[in-house]
Amino acid sequence: MTRIDAKFAELRKKGRKAFVSYIMAGDPDTERSTAVLKGLPAAGVDIIELGLPFTDPMADGETIQLAGQRALEGGMTLKKTLAMVRDFREGDNTTPIVLMGYYNPIYSHGVDQFLTDAREAGIDGLIVVDLPPEEDEELCIPAQAAGLNFIRLATPTTDDARLPKVLQNTSGFVYYVSITGITGAAAAQAGDVGPEVARIKAATDLPVIVGFGIRTPDTAQAIASTADGCVVGSAIVAEMASGKPVEEVLAFVKSLADGAHRA
Amino acid sequence: MADDLFNSFMNGPDEKGRFGIHGGRFVSETLMPLILELEQQYEHAKTDESFWKEMDFLWKHYVGRPSPLYFAERLTEELGGAKVYMKRDELNHTGAHKINNVLGQIILARRMGKTRIIAETGAGQHGVATATVCAKFGLKCVVYMGAHDVERQQPNVFRMKLLGAEVVPVTSGRGTLKDAMNDALRDWVTNVRDTFYCIGTVAGPHPYPAMVRDFQAIIGKETREQMHEAEGRNPDTIIAAIGGGSNAMGLFYPFLDDKEVNIIGVEAGGKGVNDKMEHCASLTGGRPGVLHGNRTYLLQDEDGQILEGFSISAGLDYPGIGPEHAWLHDIGRAQYVAITDREALAAFQECCRLEGIIPALEPSHALAHVMKIAPDLPRDHIICMNMCGRGDKDIFTVAKHLGVEMG
Repeated sequence: MTRIDAKFAELRKKGRKAFVSYIMAGDPDTERSTAVLKGLPAAGVDIIELGLPFTDPMADGETIQLAGQRALEGGMTLKKTLAMVRDFREGDNTTPIVLMGYYNPIYSHGVDQFLTDAREAGIDGLIVVDLPPEEDEELCIPAQAAGLNFIRLATPTTDDARLPKVLQNTSGFVYYVSITGITGAAAAQAGDVGPEVARIKAATDLPVIVGFGIRTPDTAQAIASTADGCVVGSAIVAEMASGKPVEEVLAFVKSLADGAHRA
Repeated sequence: MADDLFNSFMNGPDEKGRFGIHGGRFVSETLMPLILELEQQYEHAKTDESFWKEMDFLWKHYVGRPSPLYFAERLTEELGGAKVYMKRDELNHTGAHKINNVLGQIILARRMGKTRIIAETGAGQHGVATATVCAKFGLKCVVYMGAHDVERQQPNVFRMKLLGAEVVPVTSGRGTLKDAMNDALRDWVTNVRDTFYCIGTVAGPHPYPAMVRDFQAIIGKETREQMHEAEGRNPDTIIAAIGGGSNAMGLFYPFLDDKEVNIIGVEAGGKGVNDKMEHCASLTGGRPGVLHGNRTYLLQDEDGQILEGFSISAGLDYPGIGPEHAWLHDIGRAQYVAITDREALAAFQECCRLEGIIPALEPSHALAHVMKIAPDLPRDHIICMNMCGRGDKDIFTVAKHLGVEMG
């Protein structure tokens, strides 16, 4: 049982939806992103997605592209991202952390070495955007064997015939991408998302979390109510990019978390 | 020919789209169903006679195929060794080999009922070819082009606009070809229902590398026939320039099982293959990684971040290489070398002076390698290089490097 599984068990007991937030490691610099990272649990974040910067984030919109560029310009690397997680774990041993990014930095590090280092640092799960089920042998299966959750994205183009394949080696939770598009794009309508979530839930016992396009507490509430929770990324990253102090960013996160928790 | 099918070099990719460890389908879930559908449709079209009939007709009447195989007599005399032939794909409509592939993909897109075509382009040749075929068929065309390339390739940008395409200058990342490909993928992920992504080279997720190769293989098939007509046998050495590697794969593929044929790919060595990365030689100076849907050799730093290549030729300016080339390199069936900007420029000028052909800077790299090896080869050794593009687009760049001021 990973910290992710434990967190969902706890939320279920409380009858609460999960609020998941994304920040990019090292954006705009290590110091500020570490300060925000450490403040997320107190702001009501149930699960943290920590972005691993990559030069070519082909599924991300401008907000997260620029965050990755700022992080890389500041010298962020895979090793330093893991060091941030180790540092976080010294003060928090329960909030799950999911590392989210692209395959090449992990492949370059060496899959086996990466899994050892990620576990040791205190990472609980992985979302690797460019590894569909067709490439499960690359990282998904080794990751599960190493005790990490491998969280898969399901999308509007994942039809019923394909869904079992997407769910097969997924663990922790299923991340439903509510729109066809990139991060930071227009929001989905809760009315459209509901039936899609129901379709996925009919095929799995895993929690289903919905993301992409959620920017306000009200949308967070509306979308979370259709599923087991919701994810906000670009809107938080945009707050950080605007140069607001850490406390203000965290206050914004708290408003989103409160929205999701009202669902 | 190969001793048997099992030993053939022409069986790749496998059902997972792999050439050895290279290739594959490293894309987001949103695109995966589209790529599977494309694979299915392509597999069907591949064996459909009417598909190839349509291709053959347009290749002949629209593109102007077959392109000539030309004996470069004065160049051969000057070099004093091997006989040098040129496969004249620069004489195609739109001035390069790119249209061979575009035609195939657009016919496929029409069969799939897609109404909007997107493409990435570096120097603009693939963009022009795509805009051209879209105009012919009345399809909406959007071309992603790095903002930096838009600036240095103005004539091609204007051509695309004349042909009715929308050219989107890409400012994300560093505004180069790889960023243009990222933005094309972002467009595709957003417009999944009506859009077909027409990739310009033998890279990207399976089935693109195999499909683009199959469309470009017309180059090698014609070369074999024409060489047999001219010389009664296969060439001893075939040489082509490589950015992503589509013209090279097109020439090489039909000869892979002819073990007596030496195959040489020429990468862009820029200012020289050194640790400063001022080159685009992915095989010579990179290592395996995953980008744009496939595993292949990539220019990257120790953290797995992708590096920008550097070359005088915007068409070779890509930090990766097609996965089939990566595999041919691993197993040693083809040899890959690098040619510097300086060497390519010298070859460009020699070709103009001796043959009355203004080559593009891309095939000038291949020609530079021909000029390096031909003098030491016997007179009965036959080399065929792929003259994959004409140099009209490059005269401003060349003028600049030669210190000539042009309006």
